Amino acid sequence: MGLMERLFARTGKIAWGVHPDERKRPVADLPLARLPLPRRLFLPLQQHIGSAARPVVQVGQQVAKGQLLAAAHGEFSAPLHAPTSGRVAAIEDITAPHPSGLPCPAIVLEADGEDRWGERLPTCDDPFKLSPGEIARRVADAGIVGLGGASFPSAVKLALSQRSAVATLIINGGECEPYLSCDDRLMRDFADEVVDGVRIVLYAVGASRALVGIEDNKPEALAAMREAAKPFASIEIHAVPARYPMGSEKQLIQTLTGKEVPAKGRPADVGVLVHNVGTARAVHRALRHGEPLIERIVTVNGGALERRGNLLVPIGALVEDLLAFCKLAFAPQRSLARLVMGGPMMGSLLPHARVPVVKGTSGVLALTADELPAITPGPCIRCGYCSKVCPMGLLPLEIAARVHAGELTAAETCGLTDCMGCGCCAYVCTAHIPLTQYFQHAKGELAAQQRIKLRQQHGKRLATARAERLAREAKEKAAIAAARKAARNAAKAAAAAQAVASEEASA
Amino acid sequence: MNLPTYSDTPATVAAPHAHGGASTAVVMRWVMAALTPATLYGFWLFGWPAINLWAITLLSALAGEAFCLRLSGRNALPVLADGSILLTGWLLALSLPPWTPWWIGVFGGLFASVFGKGVFGGLGQNPFNPAMVARVALLISFPVQMTQWVMPLPLTAANAPGFLQGLSITLGGLPLLDAMTSASLLGFVKTEAARGVDLLHALTGQGAPADSWTGYRLGSLGESSSLLLAAGGLLLLRLKIISWHIPLAMLAGIALPAAICHGVDPARYLSVASHLLSGGAILGAFFIATDYVTSPNTPTGQLLFGLGCGLLTFAIRSWGGYPEGVAFAVLLMNTLTPVIDRLVKPRVYGRTRGGAPLEPERPE
Repeated sequence: MGLMERLFARTGKIAWGVHPDERKRPVADLPLARLPLPRRLFLPLQQHIGSAARPVVQVGQQVAKGQLLAAAHGEFSAPLHAPTSGRVAAIEDITAPHPSGLPCPAIVLEADGEDRWGERLPTCDDPFKLSPGEIARRVADAGIVGLGGASFPSAVKLALSQRSAVATLIINGGECEPYLSCDDRLMRDFADEVVDGVRIVLYAVGASRALVGIEDNKPEALAAMREAAKPFASIEIHAVPARYPMGSEKQLIQTLTGKEVPAKGRPADVGVLVHNVGTARAVHRALRHGEPLIERIVTVNGGALERRGNLLVPIGALVEDLLAFCKLAFAPQRSLARLVMGGPMMGSLLPHARVPVVKGTSGVLALTADELPAITPGPCIRCGYCSKVCPMGLLPLEIAARVHAGELTAAETCGLTDCMGCGCCAYVCTAHIPLTQYFQHAKGELAAQQRIKLRQQHGKRLATARAERLAREAKEKAAIAAARKAARNAAKAAAAAQAVASEEASA
Repeated sequence: MNLPTYSDTPATVAAPHAHGGASTAVVMRWVMAALTPATLYGFWLFGWPAINLWAITLLSALAGEAFCLRLSGRNALPVLADGSILLTGWLLALSLPPWTPWWIGVFGGLFASVFGKGVFGGLGQNPFNPAMVARVALLISFPVQMTQWVMPLPLTAANAPGFLQGLSITLGGLPLLDAMTSASLLGFVKTEAARGVDLLHALTGQGAPADSWTGYRLGSLGESSSLLLAAGGLLLLRLKIISWHIPLAMLAGIALPAAICHGVDPARYLSVASHLLSGGAILGAFFIATDYVTSPNTPTGQLLFGLGCGLLTFAIRSWGGYPEGVAFAVLLMNTLTPVIDRLVKPRVYGRTRGGAPLEPERPE
C-alpha cells in the first residue's frame, strides 16, 4: 500500500467514488404497491448471463402460474417460469431492454386473469436438512439470478463457492444508485424473509458468517434488518458509508473486509461470496414456499411521472404498463425526455417503452430534461477529477486519450479492462466527456479484435495443416511411385538376368 | 396507449444519465474569483496604469485565442466563453511590472495565446504554462521594461496618476522617473551580491527593500499581496479545485533549502520569510504551478512536481543569473510532467503496484 492509501485506511475515509444527489425519497418511504396484472407478458429467453433458456411449451398451450416455460440450457443458464396463468400466445422476437433496441426471442404469455397457481416447486420445512448440493439444485430450478443487476445465475455461484472454500458471505444491501429504493423497500418489508434466505445461502456455501452491508442512508432498512437478524449470531448487519458505487461487489468487499479481489479473479479468491438482498429473499421464497422467481420489486421514479413508487411487478410486464399505471405527467415542462432501465449511473437507455421488465430490472426511470445533464463534450483539461473518484484507482483521462487516438492496446495496458463502467469519471468530468461510453466502445472493439485474431489463428492453423497434409501426401505418393519404379526395375533386371541365364543355358 | 416520444435524441447513449455539474467554465470562473482580491489590491497599489495593463493583456489574449480558433475553423465564441484564455491573460498580467507600456501587454497576451496554447491545438494540449511562456519570452526579449518596478503609489494617494495620466503612462507617453522606480528585494540582493556587499550589510543599509506581509511593496501587478493570494488559494483548496500537494510541496521546496542555507550562511542567503514573501512564490504555488493541463495528475506526482518547482525557484534565485525564478522553474518542471505521469501511477484495485494481479488467498 502506498502512503496515501495507508493514511486513508487509518482515517477510515473512503477515497473513491461520488455522492450524487440521492433522489430516493419520498419514493422509498411509500408503501409497496402491486402492478395490476397486465394482459400480456413478454418473457425474453435470456434474462441472465449465459446461454438462453429453451422453451418447453407450445404456442397455444395453457399454463399455470409458476409453470416452467423454458428450461435452462447448459450449466450457465437459468429457467423461466410463468408469472401468471394463461395461454402461450407466441414465441417470437421482441425488442430487448437495451439501448440498441435489437430483437430478442421471447415467450408471449396472455394472462387469463385468474392468476391460478399450478404445481409448486418442492418445499421443505427445514432446508438445513437438505444437502448443500440439493439447495443449489433447487435454486437453479427456481430460475434465480443475481437481482442486483448483473443477473448471474445464482446456483452457479453457489456451486462454485461450495468447491472453493468461502469463509465469508457478503449480502449486498448497498443500493447506491440514485432514485432506486427497491432493495431498501425489500429490506424494510421483508427483513425476516431476507434473513432466512441469508441463513439458507450461508448453510449452502458452508461459510461461517454473513456480513450484510447496507448504506447508512437507509436507517429504516438497517433497523429492520438488525431486528430480524438479532437471533442469529452468524449474521452481522453493517452500516456502510453512502457512497457510489458502494453496491459494486468489489468495493463492498473492500469496505467490509479490507480485502481486494485480484484483477481478473473472483471474490472466492479472497474467500468471499456476494449475493444481493433480493436474491436472498428469492432463495427463501423458492425453498420455503416453492415459488420460482416470477416477480420482483421495481422502483418507478422520475420527474415525468404523476405517481412514483416501488411496485411488485411480474417479470415480463412492459415498461409501457408501468408508465400507464404511474401516468406520465401532462405538463409540458415535465414531459418525458429519457427512459432508463436501472439507475441513472449505470442504467441503460431504453429505445422505447415496449420492452419488458426482466429479472435484473431494479428500476424504470422516466426522466425529464431538467433531470438530465445538458452537456456537450469539450477538450480534456486534465483536471484529474476522474482519477480522484475512480473506485478502481485508474486514470480515466489517460485511458480516454488513448481510446481517442485509436490506440486500443495502449488503452488496455492503461487498465481499460479493469474498468467496470460505474460512470463516476463521466459524472465528475469538467469537460463533459462521455468517458464511460468511450470505454464501453473500446472494450467492444477489443473484444471484436480478439475474435478476429482467434478466427485468423484458426484459419492459419487450418492452412498450415492443409499444407502439411499436401506435403505429406506428395511425399507418400513419391515414395509409392519410387517403390513401384524400383519394383519394376527389379522385375526388368530379373527378367533380363533370366533371359541371359536361359540364353547361356541354351548356348 | 401511444408510445412516449422522446423530446431529446441523446448524443450519448451510455450511462451515466447524470452529471455532477462541474465544468471547465465553472472551474475557470472560480480561479478568477480567487484571484480577484489580490488583483484589486494590485490595482489599488499601482493605480490606473496597472488597471490599463491588466485590461490590455486580457483583451490581447482573447484576440490571440480568437485568431487561432478562426484559423482552425472552429466557432470562437463558445470556446472563448469557457474562460480559460481569460485566466491565462489574467495570470500573465499579474506577473508583469505594473507600469509597463501597453505593447508589453499586447505582445505577452498574443504570445501566450498563440505560441503558448494555440499552436499546440488549444485548451488541454499545451505542454507549458502559457502565461509563463509569455512572461519568459517577454523577460528575455525586453529585459529593461520587464524589470522596471515602480514604488507603490496607491490609487487613493494625492500624487497618484489619474485616469488620463495613467493612460499616457501605459501608452508610453511619460518616461518613468528614477525616483519612482526601485529594485525588487530579489533584484537588489542579486546586484548587491554582485558588488560584493553581503546581505547583512546590504539589507540594513539605506534604501533596502523590506519584507511586507501586507503586500505594500513593489513587484509585479498581482504578486505582492501574499495574504490575499494565499486566501484565494485556500478558497480553491476548500472548493477542491486544486489539491494541497503542489502548493505545499512548492512552498516547502523553497522554504526548506532557504532555512538550511540561511541558517548556515545568513550573509549570502535570504531568510525563509523573504523568499516566501518576495517575487511570485505564493502566486506561483497556488495559481501557476497548479495549472491542470501542465502539471501531473497523481498526488505523488504532484508532490514531486511541486517540490521540483520550489527547489528550482530557490536555486535560480540563489545561484542563477535572474533574480526571480518562479516562471523558469515552472516551465522546467512542465517539461517533466509527462515523465512524472509516466513513472508515477496509482495502484489499481486488485493489482500490485507493478500491475500484476494480486495473488489469490489460499484457503487454509
